[in-house]
Amino acid sequence: MSISFPYLLHLGDSEGRDHTLSSPTKQQDSWWKEGVGKVLTTVSASILILTTLAIIYFIASKGLATFFSNGVSLVEFLIGTEWNPEGAPGQFGAFPFILGSFIVTVGSALLAAPLGIGTAIFMTEISPRIGQKVMQPVIELLVGIPSVVYGFIGLSVLIPFLRNSFGGVGFSLLAGILVLTVMILPTITSLSVDAVKRVPRDLKEASLALGATRWQTIWNIIVLRSSLPGLLMAIILGMARAFGEALAVQMVIGNTTAIPKSLLSPSNTLTSGITLNMGNTIPGSAYNNALWSMGLLLLIMTLIFILLIRWISKRGQA
Amino acid sequence: MHPEISTFCVQSIDVIPKLHAEFVLRNRLGGSTLFLIKKTFILMLAILTTLAVSGCGGNEAPGGAEGTAPNQPEQGAGGSILISGSTALQPLVEQAADVYMSSHAGSTIQVQGGGSGTGLSQVAEGTVQIGNSDIFAEEKEGIDASQLVDHKVAVVGIAAAVNPNVGVDNLTSQQLIDIFTGKITNWKDVGGADVKVTLVNRPKSSGTRATFIQFGLKGQEEAEGVTQDSSGTVRKIINETPGAIGYLAFSYIDGQTVKGISLDGEAPTAENVTNNKYPIWAYEHMYTKGEPTGLTKDFIDFMMTEEIQQGIVSQLGYIPVTSMKVQRDAAGNVK
Repeated sequence: MSISFPYLLHLGDSEGRDHTLSSPTKQQDSWWKEGVGKVLTTVSASILILTTLAIIYFIASKGLATFFSNGVSLVEFLIGTEWNPEGAPGQFGAFPFILGSFIVTVGSALLAAPLGIGTAIFMTEISPRIGQKVMQPVIELLVGIPSVVYGFIGLSVLIPFLRNSFGGVGFSLLAGILVLTVMILPTITSLSVDAVKRVPRDLKEASLALGATRWQTIWNIIVLRSSLPGLLMAIILGMARAFGEALAVQMVIGNTTAIPKSLLSPSNTLTSGITLNMGNTIPGSAYNNALWSMGLLLLIMTLIFILLIRWISKRGQA
Repeated sequence: MHPEISTFCVQSIDVIPKLHAEFVLRNRLGGSTLFLIKKTFILMLAILTTLAVSGCGGNEAPGGAEGTAPNQPEQGAGGSILISGSTALQPLVEQAADVYMSSHAGSTIQVQGGGSGTGLSQVAEGTVQIGNSDIFAEEKEGIDASQLVDHKVAVVGIAAAVNPNVGVDNLTSQQLIDIFTGKITNWKDVGGADVKVTLVNRPKSSGTRATFIQFGLKGQEEAEGVTQDSSGTVRKIINETPGAIGYLAFSYIDGQTVKGISLDGEAPTAENVTNNKYPIWAYEHMYTKGEPTGLTKDFIDFMMTEEIQQGIVSQLGYIPVTSMKVQRDAAGNVK
């Protein structure tokens, strides 16, 4: 990154002044590079657009086949609770998966949002020095840990802990929520830091000058007024990540396809339903298509998350 | 390997560390960005060329000495084949392929996982030469079994596995069914300790589950429980959860961490499987599209030799298909 970035800037030097090369043909060289730069970037962008379109088309065509070719009713898929695609009459009720996905997403956001925003305020307003020196590296570290490691820790530490504290198997919605909370915490924190930092200094000073205490300023000016859209965006991006996370959740949630009775019941999510079954099903079969429908549902949810973010950021600017 | 190519290989490998050292040095001295980029390209090019010139290390004769390759006694069919599918069969095929390749220079056999469904569909569409499967192709929806040829290379026994603390060694078939369908919820009802039953299942699409349901539960659907696909994870859960019961291939039953349950007095052993006294077992299949030829045929024949059947197959906890005293067809009929 640190190497390629200045290089790209270099390409964009329209005046063609090239201090790094001492070749006599630098003028020609620069003109040639202008062209190459344009072609390279255009090709990159086109490839990205084409890939995205191809993926959407592929998921949609496979995912919709469940309803058009295999004759599963959309209503059954969305609210049915019986999931047995290989049964004599196949049953395709994916509601337990959908419900599980939503519960872990909302649950982890509820836990991670106050923690993340609190940390962000601490890092920017209360103690920027510790924030810079300690918290920033810690958060970067958390981002870098692969999800399989989170899942493994969850399986080896969290599950026995939950089993010993609450009884039962330990594999539960709660385990999924706790693992996801840790995973989305860095996302929410770092985006919240950006949001809080964007609050203009005058606003804070004006508030303090009017006699507001430090906490009143933080709560009323920073959190509730100025950076609210940014903070909401941080939470939604965190939720999007939680919704799409597969591996770590699959390892701790228990993958039981039934409506959970409590937070301590094992449950299932759309993503773990896909990963557990995709290798064992035949492409083109109703079972496989149903997994694609679950993928399509994930795609649609992601789209909704993105639209929400757009809408909030527009409102924030207005 | 051609001597000129190998010289080139040595040279190009030799040049990489030099370039790299220069690269690092320039970087430290703050050399120009452009220079670094160019060097990076050259470095990558050098690595790519090295990899592209096939034979740099990869295809070397197992003995190491280059001159001996053409004089190898067994030349085999040569060429390369791709195998994918069942993760349960994968370790066996991988080891057999290693043994095969070490005695047949010039043959390359790549073994991948992906699951039985992947193996069957890939062999049907011709992507791979052999598709490994835990179940008969006839049992999978969406596969045209008529164009596939079945080669049964091993048998895998599946035992109901319990946490050692349940205090039960033997169950009747009916008790097993009642436990898995949720009618019996405490181990004391079958003469064990006073512990709640916790079911550990496999995903609905799993081949191990299909076998267990067909022959262990006589076709009855199991109640919902904790579900995991990987045998290692299932064993871990059964071991750590009091009162847990699941099902595992014999090779995962060690008697310490998890205990295999006898069914109607018949212990889950290889011997009881060969005469069908213990009924929960399945073939491991290697499917080909049409009759196999060349290296594919040679390798499947190799899998069936006594050397492999009594060697690797038994060592890895599978049951040699050549030891079976009974046969079973796709519909489950034993003869």
